[in-house]
Amino acid sequence: MADTITMQVARYRPGQEAEPVFQSYDVPLRKEWAVLDGLNHIKDHVDGTLSYRWSCRMGICGSCGMTVNGSPVLSCATFLTDYAPGPVRVEPLRNFPVVRDLVVDIGDFMAKLPSVKPWLIRDDEPPEGEYLQTPDELDDYKKFSMCINCMLCYSACPVYALDPAFVGPAAIALAQRYNLDSRDEGAADRRDVLSSAEGVWACTFVGECSTACPKGVDPAGAIQRYKLTAATHALKDFLLPRGAR
Amino acid sequence: MSTFHNVVVVGGGGAGLRAAIAVAEANPRLTVAVVSKVYPMRSHTVSAEGGAAAVAGPDDSLEEHLYDTISGGDWLVDQDAAEAFVQEAPRELLRLEHWGCPWSRQRDGRIAVRAFGGMKKKRTWFAADKTGFHMLHTLFQTTLSNPDVVRYDEWFVTSLLVDDGQVYGVVAIELATGRVETVIANAVILCTGGCGRVFPFTTNANIKTGDGMALAYRAGAPLKDMEFVQYHPTGLPFTGILITEAARAEGGWLLNKDGYRYLQDYDLGTPTPHPVLRSMELGPRDRLSQAFVHEHDKGRTTDTPYGPIVHLDLRHLGAEVIDAKLPFVRELCSKYENIDPVKELIPVRPVVHYMMGGVHTDIHGATSLTGLYAAGEVACVSINGANRLGSNSLPECLVFGARAGQAAAEFVTSTRTAPGAAVYAQARDAQRLLEREFARHAEGSHIGGRERIADIRTEMQTAMENGAGIYRDGESLAKAADRLRDLRERFGRATVDDRSRTFNTEAVALLELSFMLDVAESIVVSALHRGESRGAHQRTDFPGRDDERFLAHSLVRRTPDGGGLVDYMPVKITQWPPGERVYGR
Ligand SMILES: Cc1cc2nc3c(=O)[nH]c(=O)nc-3n(C[C@H](O)[C@H](O)[C@H](O)COP(=O)(O)OP(=O)(O)OC[C@H]3O[C@@H](n4cnc5c(N)ncnc54)[C@H](O)[C@@H]3O)c2cc1C
Ligand code: SF4
Ligand code: FES
Repeated sequence: MADTITMQVARYRPGQEAEPVFQSYDVPLRKEWAVLDGLNHIKDHVDGTLSYRWSCRMGICGSCGMTVNGSPVLSCATFLTDYAPGPVRVEPLRNFPVVRDLVVDIGDFMAKLPSVKPWLIRDDEPPEGEYLQTPDELDDYKKFSMCINCMLCYSACPVYALDPAFVGPAAIALAQRYNLDSRDEGAADRRDVLSSAEGVWACTFVGECSTACPKGVDPAGAIQRYKLTAATHALKDFLLPRGAR
Repeated sequence: MSTFHNVVVVGGGGAGLRAAIAVAEANPRLTVAVVSKVYPMRSHTVSAEGGAAAVAGPDDSLEEHLYDTISGGDWLVDQDAAEAFVQEAPRELLRLEHWGCPWSRQRDGRIAVRAFGGMKKKRTWFAADKTGFHMLHTLFQTTLSNPDVVRYDEWFVTSLLVDDGQVYGVVAIELATGRVETVIANAVILCTGGCGRVFPFTTNANIKTGDGMALAYRAGAPLKDMEFVQYHPTGLPFTGILITEAARAEGGWLLNKDGYRYLQDYDLGTPTPHPVLRSMELGPRDRLSQAFVHEHDKGRTTDTPYGPIVHLDLRHLGAEVIDAKLPFVRELCSKYENIDPVKELIPVRPVVHYMMGGVHTDIHGATSLTGLYAAGEVACVSINGANRLGSNSLPECLVFGARAGQAAAEFVTSTRTAPGAAVYAQARDAQRLLEREFARHAEGSHIGGRERIADIRTEMQTAMENGAGIYRDGESLAKAADRLRDLRERFGRATVDDRSRTFNTEAVALLELSFMLDVAESIVVSALHRGESRGAHQRTDFPGRDDERFLAHSLVRRTPDGGGLVDYMPVKITQWPPGERVYGR
């Protein structure tokens, strides 16, 4: 194994570069090093001006999403040796405005998230103790509750690339996380947004989001499942007069 | 530019979000802001794995949770605070359930609880082994439903605004633009988390740089019990990623290089095939980490490029238990060590994990400065004393986050002291000063020589590990203090190459380093003064606990020349006089 690997990192500083340029750095190639360790080596020892987000370096905070050799990944959970002998091309996540270097603006997602009401909705007061929920009931939504908001799915989504108004994979998965929770009664409140043209119906079922997801959330599955629900509701709306629904 | 909110919460982790909700609930007419250097759901609470303790079953009692907490903390726990804590923890965890937290369940649908280190009963609520992740996202999503909570995401707080001993807001940099802003307030709640990054090998995320501790310290509030730093016995070598205590609670064993369950040699009980509470692998963290050092001294650990290790053995649990209860452990081992714990041993070593000390508060989260509150890992109430029990910290964030939120809301509602002209003047000064700093770096005009931020940081971390690690003595601490003084001097020459205002992470690293140097100094000076061994503070030159002199909290105050002045305040004892800590017998 060679002892270094070349990282080609996209640089963009507003006011300094008109558009992103690549800068090459040689970093040590070590078995344990994630792509993020390579970036940290650059920042600490070679070029302090490189900007990127990271925090937990254990694949759970969702900060460190980047495009590495063309694919959206968590840079703290993707290893340099997987790209040996290199070079490794590191770019910001796609489909988001670039703020600076590898930092993207996720404001669009943060603004959309509340629109699908990802919180538990009930009309009644909560019980003295816990709401009962069996392990099977928990399993119904568990996978959709695993989303770390890392934005890899948005970066992979060809629909979002063309139509930035699309609510998008993670937000829909989070809506489903509550819709399918036995304690929740808010499905009707989420219906308008989810079954709008920018909701599930915008998705042409490409499935790239589920492939990209590092946490097994399967947003494509959430979208498909909601399409069935929405179709059933549409049919009911058509067949039944208002009061009978 | 400056904005105004009645209450500003600094930090969007478990403590900060809970505090913000509490303010909004206490008085809906108050405006509340959450200022956080990362998006709230990225806060370090997200990494917590094992669980959150609160009495749940009929076979358990508040008394027992209280006793475990007090003895676990080697009697440095304030018993009135711990009483409030054990009493309110169940209600807080239940509220999280009502907000949707996906707690793991028993077959009949009720909450499930698991064993945890130092706890005599099973009382740790868990959401598989991603408890903190689920708690944080539940809290965050719940705050989304509350439009009264205004967020300032990716704003980095650089100082507190203080006028005549009262705190009136914060100065912050909006990272996306580099603009210096002030948020004026009637009260500020610090919820900025811990400071593990002061050490080289830690489970703590990159953001845990002790900012809030330094902010309060600089503003004149004392820090309490800073000498008590918790090492967790089971971190993965190199990364420092935590293998949760839940792995041992489910039945994992710690083995030395001969495959021997060495804890039996350290007065922690006798090995049994199934886990026994408060015994062996379920002893408290301080004792387990200390046992590791002794094993190492006896030559019974295994050397690796990333330091000596022992092994955690989960193989006998089988794939089914591991996948149901510890799926994240399996995921982390496979990703970061390329091993499968179903079939292989996990290499582990002690790793800096948690700060027992912090900003001194009363049981309502009030600090010594009017208008300043603190909760979560940044604060020291103290319910953790000389050693925190695993799974007490997440509920602490909720209980004392809520208490601080309520107290701040009451304070603002009843007093309504408005920030005066002096505050606005100070805000403008602070803004100008920071602007000038930025400009100075932008011109590249540095007085004498250049120092790299990373070099100073690494040397600080090494000094802390060597001088103030699991075992320390007067000499090692004095040496660390000297090193820190040198480093502070060199810090004056540290340079920022990044001239951009947009998302300047190098400037952030510089500010974080300056906070960490303060925190490191406060740890070392507090440790130097405590001439005894208690819990996580083990002095080889003072091997015994000394209740006569040191059954007391240390308080360190910053002196004008930047040093720390230490004095002591009594521990509150309501019903359990100090006794022997007994595990495994
Ligand atoms: C790996 C790991 C596992 C753990 N597992 C458990 C467990 O199983 N059970 C348990 O009880 N405890 C556990 N703990 C401990 C527990 O997770 C933490 O003590 C707790 O989550 C701290 O929460 P907090 O709200 O105080 O701080 P954090 O969650 O760390 O949040 C700090 C907040 O402050 C903000 N902030 C900091 N500085 C600034 C600044 N200068 N300007 C603006 N904002 C700032 C950050 O952005 C962040 O939002 C674990 C800890 C670790 C490291
Ligand atoms: S669904 Fe998966 S890829 Fe998308 S944000 Fe959530 S965790 Fe990331
Ligand atoms: S740094 Fe947290 S997910 Fe990578």
